[in-house]
Amino acid sequence: MKFIDEYRNVELGKKLIARIHQRSTQPARLMEFCGGHTTAILRHGIRQLIPQNIDMLSGPGCPVCVTANADLDKAIASTHLPNTIITTFGDMMKVPGSHSSLQQAKAEGADIHVVYSTQDALQIAQDNPQSSVIFIGIGFETTAPTIAASILEAERRGIKNFYIFSFLKLCPPVIKAILNLGEIKLNGIIGPGHVSTIIGSLPYEFIPREYGIGCVISGFEPLDILLCIDKLVEQIEGEQPQVEIAYRRSVKPEGNRQALDLMNEVFGIGEANWRGMGTIPASGLKLKRKYQRFNAEQIFSIDPGPPREPKGCICGEILRGIKMPTECKLFRRICTPEHPVGPCMVSSEGACAAYYQYGAN
Amino acid sequence: MDKTILLAHGSGGKLSHELLEKNLLPPFSNPLLDKLDDSAVFEFSGRLAFTTDSYVVNPIFFPGGDIGKLAVCGTVNDLAMSGAKPLYLSVSLVIEEGLLIEELERIIKSIKAATKEAEITIVTGDTKVVNRGNADKLFINTSGLGIIPPQLDISGANARVSDKIILSGNLGDHGIAVMSQREGLKFSTPIKSDCAPLNKLVSQMLEASSQIHCLRDPTRGGLATTLNELAKQSNVGITIEEEKVPAAEAVRAACELLGFDPLYIANEGKLVAIVDSAHAESVLAKMKQNRYGTNASIIGEVTSDHPGRVIMKTRLGASRIIDMLSGELLPRIC
Repeated sequence: MKFIDEYRNVELGKKLIARIHQRSTQPARLMEFCGGHTTAILRHGIRQLIPQNIDMLSGPGCPVCVTANADLDKAIASTHLPNTIITTFGDMMKVPGSHSSLQQAKAEGADIHVVYSTQDALQIAQDNPQSSVIFIGIGFETTAPTIAASILEAERRGIKNFYIFSFLKLCPPVIKAILNLGEIKLNGIIGPGHVSTIIGSLPYEFIPREYGIGCVISGFEPLDILLCIDKLVEQIEGEQPQVEIAYRRSVKPEGNRQALDLMNEVFGIGEANWRGMGTIPASGLKLKRKYQRFNAEQIFSIDPGPPREPKGCICGEILRGIKMPTECKLFRRICTPEHPVGPCMVSSEGACAAYYQYGAN
Repeated sequence: MDKTILLAHGSGGKLSHELLEKNLLPPFSNPLLDKLDDSAVFEFSGRLAFTTDSYVVNPIFFPGGDIGKLAVCGTVNDLAMSGAKPLYLSVSLVIEEGLLIEELERIIKSIKAATKEAEITIVTGDTKVVNRGNADKLFINTSGLGIIPPQLDISGANARVSDKIILSGNLGDHGIAVMSQREGLKFSTPIKSDCAPLNKLVSQMLEASSQIHCLRDPTRGGLATTLNELAKQSNVGITIEEEKVPAAEAVRAACELLGFDPLYIANEGKLVAIVDSAHAESVLAKMKQNRYGTNASIIGEVTSDHPGRVIMKTRLGASRIIDMLSGELLPRIC
């Protein structure tokens, strides 16, 4: 059984490209929400294949990138807590905080483990009962259910030394925040694929209703993205903005009930601190009262001091879609994946990393 | 009989000698090694190639090979990529105390099999044992000496415009095989490491044509990094075609799952050859006859456009820059 070639079928791809060219008559500016979309678009050269009057902007959908320095600093400071093991997704290791990075802290002796899932972090807690094990919880609605599951599993197994930072964020509120800022005029949104697998397509209905533009949820293969662009162009040309799913093998309108239930059991909605956008009300997930004993911020006394933003870095503007990575003075010259200044150059979903890696030539 | 390596096995005393005489020397017995003097001494004339590499792969056993086979093949291949015929090898073992002697024996056996296949002779070696935690089971350093036929000039700086780029087979088998065994990431894959000595493949290629300008094995950093090195060293552009670059279905699937690109995954039994365009087909035909070249193909060519850069034409007809590997969290793979 194959899982890749079907979605990279050249014949179908060329047909879609031809149809987009046929349909598109007016300038259109689309924002791909996910960093994964930006990477796929550049990797497969999709920008070169679509009409020049279609402009593609990267959005804020990179969990590592949107983590504010204030939150990152807390995570880095927690590595100095006595008898503590920090567990994190690998992408976070190299992100420069205000004063240091997790990678730097590890080199200086902090006990930091890169894990591939929250369940691995939980296992580390169970295997090291004499240490406190903190998981740095970043991500959107995609990772939140797995983190919720680990909390419930910790309860079930009676693991008492497991804690999380909840820097978790929600997608629809940040889309709304960007549209409210009004810094850029968008004609359509390429909606997040994995997030929507969890939350469904219904939470985006406000986009056509309140802002008069369409949102088409896309997967991450070339055909997914081309189909999504095709649908958005069709909506724009026909002046019929709506929410559509171009990723039906994964996304249902109502989402994944089981995952949503898990998330809602453990987390409540609260404000969140976004890089580049500041605090957005009702855009984050916080542990509910009954799960506060897992809350690392509550349990430990961590004071990282005031955050500092790297000079010259425009990650915040890139995340809002108002600047391109190539417009940054630091891009490629000072800021590289080896020596990143901002998070968008670190994460595999970061716009700067994607532009660096796959270049626009 | 001890079951594990003790610190005393590296003390230089009786236990060291026992390990040497019982486990390490007999499989490799040859007149130069058997003298047991402080240096191997031999006559030599001609142009020499000399190379060294250290192997720290984790885990030390992986599907398709182990650290011993890797340590021989890696150094043999470095010699072969200069066009040299490998002759002599040194092998140094840094063993963490507690390594099972049975595991060491398996690795020694595998070193022997690899040296036999590559027809290279181990003439000197060393063994050290370090405290638990000061190494990870076993590290191996090998250095190799080879002889280069007269007039042969193979170098990364020799690529010329209109030369063809030949790749000897599927990409990414080694990296994916090793990663599938990594703690915390274990997944089941039919993929085995491609780890193999390529010196005979190279000598057959050289029989087909002397117009082979560059040879390189795309190990760490993968094909993408190797092609970038060659483009920069020769100050030429390189264009490859996505659909011509072979990778096994299972490697492509694993890469999609893990967020990797086969172009950046390590290989230990593949080579890239940059060959005069008039000779490329005959070299390719010869490669296909060798078991390590059956999937060889011409994947692109050298151009005068974009010197120092590698561009790939995608299946859908777009083109994109292929940069060197930059900052990924990869396990120790060699």
